[in-house]
Parts: sequence; structure tokens; C-alpha cells
Amino acid sequence: MNLPQYFVLAGILIVVVGFALRLNPMIVVTVAALATGLIAGKGPLEIVSLLGKAFNDNRIIAIVWIVLPVIGLLERHGLRERATATIRRFKAATAGRLLVLYLLFRQVTAALGLNTIAGHPQTVRPLVAPMALAAAEQQHNGIEEESAEEVKAFAAATDNVGNFFGEDIFIAIGSIVLIQSTLAGYGYNLAPLDLAIWAIPTAIAAFLIHGFRLLRLDRRLKRRRK
Amino acid sequence: MITIQWAYSLAGLMFGAFAILSALDRANRKRFGNAAFWGLMALSLLAGSWLGDFVNGLLVLALAAIAGFGLMGRGVPATTSEGERLTLAHQLGNRLFLPALIIPAVALAGTLAYKYTPLGAQGWIEPQRETYLFLCLGALAALAVLFAWLKPPAAAPLQEGRRLIDAIGWAAVLPQMLAALGVVFAAAGVGDVIGGAARAVIPEGNVFLTLLVFALGMVLFTMIMGNAFAAFPVMAAAIAVPLLIQADHGNPAVIGAIGMLVGFCGTLMTPMAANFNVVPAALLELKDRNGVIKAQVGTALPLLAVNILLIYFLAF
Repeated sequence: MNLPQYFVLAGILIVVVGFALRLNPMIVVTVAALATGLIAGKGPLEIVSLLGKAFNDNRIIAIVWIVLPVIGLLERHGLRERATATIRRFKAATAGRLLVLYLLFRQVTAALGLNTIAGHPQTVRPLVAPMALAAAEQQHNGIEEESAEEVKAFAAATDNVGNFFGEDIFIAIGSIVLIQSTLAGYGYNLAPLDLAIWAIPTAIAAFLIHGFRLLRLDRRLKRRRK
Repeated sequence: MITIQWAYSLAGLMFGAFAILSALDRANRKRFGNAAFWGLMALSLLAGSWLGDFVNGLLVLALAAIAGFGLMGRGVPATTSEGERLTLAHQLGNRLFLPALIIPAVALAGTLAYKYTPLGAQGWIEPQRETYLFLCLGALAALAVLFAWLKPPAAAPLQEGRRLIDAIGWAAVLPQMLAALGVVFAAAGVGDVIGGAARAVIPEGNVFLTLLVFALGMVLFTMIMGNAFAAFPVMAAAIAVPLLIQADHGNPAVIGAIGMLVGFCGTLMTPMAANFNVVPAALLELKDRNGVIKAQVGTALPLLAVNILLIYFLAF
């Protein structure tokens, strides 16, 4: 391998530096794409077409925003406030325990192939984050802004961990299909179930590790109040 | 047949409405920036299949320019006050949760009914896309129920939707931009270079060190691409298949399945996985754009170590 081959990695450098300097990611990504394409010897028209085709092929990512009018309308009628009030009735609820339950729910439903029923716009913003905040405020008689930010961040993190480390137990998910087709290309013909079963140990480990950290979050919130 | 284009068109009409309502919002100093941005999204969703690659590319550049040069503001549609919401929450009670559950319930019931009953054999819906189409149907059903029950003003769902999409801003489009960047990286051969470099540092004959380089390569490449799917074929070709499976006789199912999950640990730690890590920070209005990632690193690193040990003990 000779040195000039490494020049195509310039795009990665642009992304890393751009994110580190907190420049607008939309510009950083565009510049990185143009630079990488030019270094690889592609013409400007070709690069713009490549970007356009890839953007167009990935429009499915935008479908999830279709839920926003429903979520917004429910918020208008007090959904987040209702979620908060419901949690206040459970005296034993803490932010950490609530999120452990959500982690379990998310892993189990994702393992059944239902990973699109929950998510950041659908469940975290309207329900999980306000509930976790309400539980934390109730338990500690109000919390600092720093803690509120942390509880919200952990609500989002819990959704990701539950989703990622539950979905691969389901046999018809994209990543299992990708593993199967990649390995089949080398002559290893595996059934989806052969692969899905090996996702179970990691799913259990993810539950234990993240669950432990959620319970520690409760203790950290408590310490900060003193 | 009902194709995914139906869902694109529905989302496109919604973004088109956001654009028009943005243009009319005099309270937003940058209202025409918002109108142009959401209008271009509407155009992409409605007409992207017919515009051609180059025009779509120009559309992408325009979106980046509007967002990057700070031409977007935040719309302030009229909504209920905090006091009104508390009163409504009390009056309406737990029934408020039901419409929120309609969307997942319809998506679930529809998908299951379509897959496991003779309904699916009719071929009404584009294969593999039924969940997305039932998600749209669920959203429409929830809206119908809300209109019948609460009788909001006709424009309320679109105005409330605009309130949320403006809170997210350009971050709503970033995941698609990053997917496009990944395609350019792949076309430029970035994957081959990284795979080759990873292979070059491996000492011969040590299974654990080979596995370690494979795992760290998966994590690093996933963090760069924002997606384990892009990393897996590259690292499989460079290390997993020739070295771990063929030379060291590792179990391909274990290496494949847990190898992918190693990549997911990387997804938890990168802003490039924008829809999981950056969009929620905007949705939850966090002050720190990297707040979600910071909350995840403490789970991702120990889980990475567990995954490496699992492969080592289960595959060899």
C-alpha cells in the first residue's frame, strides 16, 4: 500500500475536525463528501449526482417524521403533563428504575421485531423523558438543571441501548440479513436463527451493564442534592 | 400496489404544509429560510424519484447551504400555555395515552396481519415496506380519533408538527446527509484503505490480537461511517473471513452475529449516527449536542469488552 491511497481518508479528517470545532454538520458533511470525491478522481458533476442519488435512496429515514403532527397535537392537550402526573402517583418510582423498565420493554419488543413501535419522537420525547424527570423531581424534591439534562440524556440513551441490543434477536431484521448475505458470499450458508441466537448473550450483558448504570444514576442524583 | 412512494408522498405533503405555514409565520425573522428548507424536503419526497440524480444532488447542496449559513430560524406557532395543558391533562386523564398508542398498535397489527394471514398473499403492498405504510396509516387513524374526540382547529396538527420539526431543525435531515456521505466514502474506496491498514498491523498467529484488531476496526469504522452496516462487509472481507474464520477456524455464526454487535457499540459513541445520537439531543432540547453520546460511552465500552470476550470464548 502506498501513501497516496491514504489521501482518500481526508474526508474523515474533515469530519472529525469539523465536529470537534462545532461547525455546522450539514456543511462539514457536504465539504467532506466533495473533497473525498475529488481526491478519488471523480468529477464535480459525478460527485453531486452521487450525493443526490444516495440522499434520494435514503428517503425512508424521513418517514418517521409523519408521527409529529399526532405527537404535537397530543402535547397541545397535555400529554407530557399527564405522563408526569401519572408517575407522581407511584411513590417508589425513580428515574433509574423507570428507565430500567423501559430498557426491558424496548429490548423485548425489539427482539420480537417491533423496533419501530417506540423511538425518540414516538415515545422518548412525549412519554419517557417527562416521566423520568418527574420521578427524579419527586424523589429528590426538585433537581438541578445539570441533573435534569443528565436524566433526559439517559432517557434517549436507554432507548438506543434497548433498540440496538434487542433487535438482532429477531430473525428478520436488516442487520441479520446483512450478516447472512455477507457470509454467504464466502460460502458460509447460515440460517437467520443460527445468527439471532448468538445475539442473546450480548443482549443480557447490555441489560445488566446499562441497568446497573441507571441505578447508579439515581444515587448520583441523590448525592448532588446534598 | 401500494408502494413506499405513497408514504413519501404523504410525508412530502406534510413537509409542504410546514413550508407554507413557515412562510406565513411573521413571528419568525428567518421564515423564508425555514419555508425554503422544508419546501425542498417536500420536493425531494414528492418528486425525488423523477428529478434525476444531478437535480437531487443540487437539492442536497441547497439544503446544506440553507442550514449551514444559518438561514433557518425557529417558528413559533400558537399553541396552548403550560397552565392550559395542566388543566387539559387533568380533565382528559389517562385517555390521553390511547391515541399515542394507536400508531404502534396499527403498525404492529397491520404488519402481523399482513405477514401471517392470507391478506399478504394478495400482494397489495410493496414487499418489506409494510411496517412503514402501516405506520403512516396509524398516524392518520390517530389524527382521525383526535379530531373526533377533541375537535382541535383544522390547522392544529400541522402547526403543532411544525413546532416540533422546527425544534429539531436541520438535524432532521442530517441522517440522510450522512448516509449520502457514506456512499461517497464507499465509492472512493475508503473502506478498502481502512481494511488494508487494519490487516497490516496484525501480528501473525495470535488469535486474540487478531480478534482485537477486528473488533477495534469494527468500532472505529462504525464511528466514522455512523453505521455498523457499512463497517461489517469491509471488516469481514479484511479480517473476519480470511483470518478468524478460515485461518483460525472460528465459528462463523458467532463471529458474524457478535461482530455486528461490536459495531453497534461504536454506533453508541459517534455523532455520525445522527438519528440515534444527535436528533434526540435536539428533540429533548438538550444544551449539549453530545449529551446523549456522553451518557452512552459508559455502557458502550464495557459492553465492547464483553463482546470481545464472548467471541473469544464462544467461537474458538
